[in-house]
Amino acid sequence: MIEFEHVHFRRGLREVLHDVTFTVHRGETVVFVGRSGAGKSTVLKLINRMIEPAEGSVRVDGRDTRVWDSTALRRRTGYVIQEVGLFPHMTVARNVGLVPVLSDWPAERVHSRTVELLDLVGLPAAEFAQRWPDELSGGQRQRVGVARALAADPPVVLMDEPFGSLDPITRAELHREFRRIQDRVRKTVVLVTHDMREAFALADRVGVLEAGILVAYDEPSVLRQSAHPAVVPLLESCQ
Amino acid sequence: MSALLAFWSSHNAELWTLLGQHVALVLVSTAVAVAIGVPIGIVAARRPRIGAPLAAAASVIQTVPSLALFGFLLPLPLVGGVGARTALAALILYALLPVIRTTSAGLRSIDAAILEAADAMGMTPRQRLAQVELPLAMPSIIAGIRVSAVIGVGTVTIAAAIGAGGLGEYIYRGLSMVDATVILAGAVPVAALAMLVDGGLLLVERAFARRGRGRRVVRVAAAALVLACATGALVAAWPRPERIIVGSKNFTEQVILGELMAQAIERYAGLPVDRRLNLGGTFICDRAIQTGDIDLYVEYSGTALTAVFKQPVQRDPRIVLDQVRQMYADTGRSMLAPLGFSNTFAILVRASDARARGLSRLSELAAHAPRWRAAFGYEFLERPDGYSGLAATYGLRFLEPPRVMDLTLIYRALAEGQVDVVAGDATAGLIEALQLTMLEDDRQYFPPYDAVPVVHAATLLRHPDIGRAIARLSGRVSAAEMRRMNYAVDALRQDPAAVVDAFLDELDRGVEP
Repeated sequence: MIEFEHVHFRRGLREVLHDVTFTVHRGETVVFVGRSGAGKSTVLKLINRMIEPAEGSVRVDGRDTRVWDSTALRRRTGYVIQEVGLFPHMTVARNVGLVPVLSDWPAERVHSRTVELLDLVGLPAAEFAQRWPDELSGGQRQRVGVARALAADPPVVLMDEPFGSLDPITRAELHREFRRIQDRVRKTVVLVTHDMREAFALADRVGVLEAGILVAYDEPSVLRQSAHPAVVPLLESCQ
Repeated sequence: MSALLAFWSSHNAELWTLLGQHVALVLVSTAVAVAIGVPIGIVAARRPRIGAPLAAAASVIQTVPSLALFGFLLPLPLVGGVGARTALAALILYALLPVIRTTSAGLRSIDAAILEAADAMGMTPRQRLAQVELPLAMPSIIAGIRVSAVIGVGTVTIAAAIGAGGLGEYIYRGLSMVDATVILAGAVPVAALAMLVDGGLLLVERAFARRGRGRRVVRVAAAALVLACATGALVAAWPRPERIIVGSKNFTEQVILGELMAQAIERYAGLPVDRRLNLGGTFICDRAIQTGDIDLYVEYSGTALTAVFKQPVQRDPRIVLDQVRQMYADTGRSMLAPLGFSNTFAILVRASDARARGLSRLSELAAHAPRWRAAFGYEFLERPDGYSGLAATYGLRFLEPPRVMDLTLIYRALAEGQVDVVAGDATAGLIEALQLTMLEDDRQYFPPYDAVPVVHAATLLRHPDIGRAIARLSGRVSAAEMRRMNYAVDALRQDPAAVVDAFLDELDRGVEP
């Protein structure tokens, strides 16, 4: 469970997040939508304590992130970013197995977990495990990024525009994959995107951020009826 | 070309030793520079406020000419002195900048998304550095190491001037003998070595750039480097029986004299000797004997008086020897008995002219000078104890003002009749070969330059045998003998060691009944 309570975050004088409050329940997929600079990525970074709130509190499993050991917190929080950030000097298998290795899993377990995850994201280990990141397509790399985030079986997965740079067909395919995987693993997922369609496709609940303020936070069916001036243009964009 | 091959095959063992020294110096200095430079580079990338001044300092050092840097380091304690230590210190300083630059540039050029991913995965800063940043910066770092090593191969050449060994020895020896073959004997392997190092490290760099598949390459390379350094350090630190270190300045006669001292000690005292021949000049040899980096070398009395002890010119040989002996004794060095010859200026004429006109002394030259032309080296025309004083002392006036001529050409110009009188070197090998005659300085115009062995006093106390061994040579090396040996090495291209060996054999036959 993730709880934001009256969270403010500032970068210099600019208020990036203003009084944000919401709760993400266990096993829920929450998608935050907003324009660039609305504060979406900031929300994610507050959850794994890459940054800390200026005011208010962020709690993960009931504990303030400032109390969490940041390394321990990050190792139980999967993280997928748009640029993927695969390590170019490591094979696909090593990329995927990295967090388990960092968490001192025995080699045998790391191996079987890697194989399992590559199969899960639709990249058969026999074919892909020993490839290098630059031998993969954009969609394949993004799948590896997802597998890497899931490797140590973290209860929480954060995804920062994970499908942003993909073509529409690959993106639709990955959305299906995402739902299939999420049905099986049931992680608490917080995903940010600027694409309302993506939000409706994936989310149990959608949050709309506008200039650092959380203007809406509801189930898709409720949100579709919203007349909020910041939400309407987003709804129009996916008609 | 065939002369070069012949030289290499006749100096086979020496060539390999020098090559080994050369490679060892480059290897050790590069390894140390990496050990110091990579951490500085990391700091420079992380905290520019600390790193930038360090990088700036390294870049200032880079602009100091290497010979000057050796000069600065020589008098320093710990790093200074003659030999490999100073060379290493200078080489390390030179190798630092490329390593620092490329390390920090390599680290700073890493994609921000990759670093963010590493942080988000819960890597500690140390894990991030070791597993992500350094491997990704590695091609860049290797490029820096490559530049450092190639600079090192070149700079070590110059380090031969301060007795560090390496292939530069041949280059300096060749320069002092004006022998292109010997210069090439050093220069060709240096160039080949530089290309080899450059090419080899380029391959390593490429292997790394290929998605980290160079990991194995680097492990092997790193292991080899560590092994080589460890071996080098072990060899350097291994306790050896004390060896007597003989030095010499960097011209043919000095190399022969150094060899003469070395062989005399080996022959008559039975002590092992290290040769540090071809050390820069008077200053470096004197410095080295003061610090104990060398145990002995041969100096010239007049040079000791004016250049070492900064005393005014003095013309009486006996007074000069007494003064110099005293001043050496006062500063912890012992001057032994003169070897016999004096390397002074020599006024030369063709032997045929001398015979025809019954000319043997400088005081008799004035009568013939008005019909003759003279040529002198630039230095002789300028020195206080050179031409102007000579002309005044002996009342000389030549047909036309003396010509300035390079010292290497002056003997031949005289022999070929282009000029009739020249000032040369009393021990020049060409005097006999070109049938020239040296006129006696009967008014003692030239200061004496008697060759005298100078020994570190502590060494002489520990090994009195050295004094006895060298005493066997006192007064036995005449100017004619020295000229003959110079000629054998300079003109006949004989090996100094062989020439000295033959000389001592002859001496032994004469001495022993």
